Amino acid sequence: MNPDAPGPLRTDLALERIVRQESGRVLATLIGLLGDFDRAEEAFQDACTIALTTWPTTGVPVNPRAWLISTARHKALDHLRREKVLSTKLEAVARETPVHTDPVEDLAGDESWPDERLRLIFTCCHPALAPETQVALTLRTVCGLSADEIARAFMTPLATLQQRIVRAKAKIRAAGIPYRIPEPAELPERLDTVLAVVYLVFNEGYAATTGDALVRRELCGEAIRLGRLLAAHLADRHERRAVHGLLALMLLHDARRDAREAPDGLPVLLEAQDRSRWNRRKIAEGLWLVETALNAGPPDAYALEAAIAAVHARAERAEATDWPQIAELYRVLLRTRPSPVVELNRAVAVAMAEGPEAGLALLDQLEETGALADYHLLPAARADLLRRLGRSNEAAAAYRKALDLARLEPERRFLTGRLAELA
Amino acid sequence: MNYMLLIYENEANWLTMAPETQGKIFGDYMTFTDSIRASGHFVAGDPLQATNTATTVRVRDGETMTTDGPFAETREQLGGYYLIQAADLDEAIAIAARIPGALAGSIEIRPIQPMHGAD
Repeated sequence: MNPDAPGPLRTDLALERIVRQESGRVLATLIGLLGDFDRAEEAFQDACTIALTTWPTTGVPVNPRAWLISTARHKALDHLRREKVLSTKLEAVARETPVHTDPVEDLAGDESWPDERLRLIFTCCHPALAPETQVALTLRTVCGLSADEIARAFMTPLATLQQRIVRAKAKIRAAGIPYRIPEPAELPERLDTVLAVVYLVFNEGYAATTGDALVRRELCGEAIRLGRLLAAHLADRHERRAVHGLLALMLLHDARRDAREAPDGLPVLLEAQDRSRWNRRKIAEGLWLVETALNAGPPDAYALEAAIAAVHARAERAEATDWPQIAELYRVLLRTRPSPVVELNRAVAVAMAEGPEAGLALLDQLEETGALADYHLLPAARADLLRRLGRSNEAAAAYRKALDLARLEPERRFLTGRLAELA
Repeated sequence: MNYMLLIYENEANWLTMAPETQGKIFGDYMTFTDSIRASGHFVAGDPLQATNTATTVRVRDGETMTTDGPFAETREQLGGYYLIQAADLDEAIAIAARIPGALAGSIEIRPIQPMHGAD
């Protein structure tokens, strides 16, 4: 049965799901059409209300997205007429009907108006907006997540998040932040900001161990979708390699999603994961993308991180991991994008490649800088190396220190378990 | 849209600068101003005299209070401005980045609030 055919009556929940699935793309199109976030949202809300009241009797339209856009457009026209807004604007909206013009740009049916979403990403990630605002606005308008979901994902009070979005929209309007894809000359700088936002969205979905699992999965999915959209748009530009690196990084990590959390919610370490549960299709795509990114010239930080994930992905068993190569990649990454967290990861890789003592020596250096004094993974890494050296008392002390610093419940349970094993 | 580009610089640098360097910067400003006049972006623009010429005035309870000096003591001081016309913030940013003062100081871009009915 054609899933798009006008269906029999569906439950409100099913209707809400359809509206929701389309919200990001419909909103992006409406913002493009109306040139105004608030008008677009208002019109979209109107269309959703009409959809939820009429669809139960009329059935779901063949193309819900087109229906929502067209209905919202009519509502926007009504509003503009009522407000007697400048006639030129009214005419522009009345004239422009969004049409699906370029089938080449269509991404496997997923993106009917990819340009609209791209423009919107560049607007939401404009450097004139604060970074936390860029993330919130992108998730709200490009991905169509609700303010409540974003607030939960980032553990931000809802009121704060809503305020942030309201202020951002006000600034976009008042300061004249344009709604367009940047010129080629501006693209490298502007793309950096966009990729940083996409990476943040992904990390929030991937790294956080609290919060709504469904929302977290959705964040990762949206980040990957945005990555694909950017890669498709930049098909003939060399900036695409940065996108490829990031996309590879996201796919290779996301491939491990199902294996990295035990049924009880505890994190499963990479070495203990059931590798048969890794998603092979995502890994294959990730490996191909990372090759492309690495072959295109000196690697950037995303490509290097992706290359590290690729080494893990290639190892059929944990023991078969090429740790010397990972340690080397971390060394290069440390030069490209120095950070104490990268130093910590490098120490762990060196410990795997050359033995726990070599790793401990690097951890000592890192601790002397005092950089990660509040980060529980530093004492946790030390504890693990001491445990492997059989220095149980010192290991237990380090685990306790890590427990003092760890805040998330699953991590605390994990550390408590390790501590109990030592006794 | 109209944007005010406020040029903030450490004026002490200017006061201690060699005359030839001052001359070069002056020339750079002339070139820049000519170019945005030619491109139609220029609305107005002037340098300001140093903050030691500034006077700040406040009226409280009907009483005028006048004090010597700028509104606030800051590391960089307002030293001049351009009022420009630009299509959007990106165009304003591109123009602001070409102001000679952007090399040593900072340019604050403020959209002009359109008055009701004048838009």
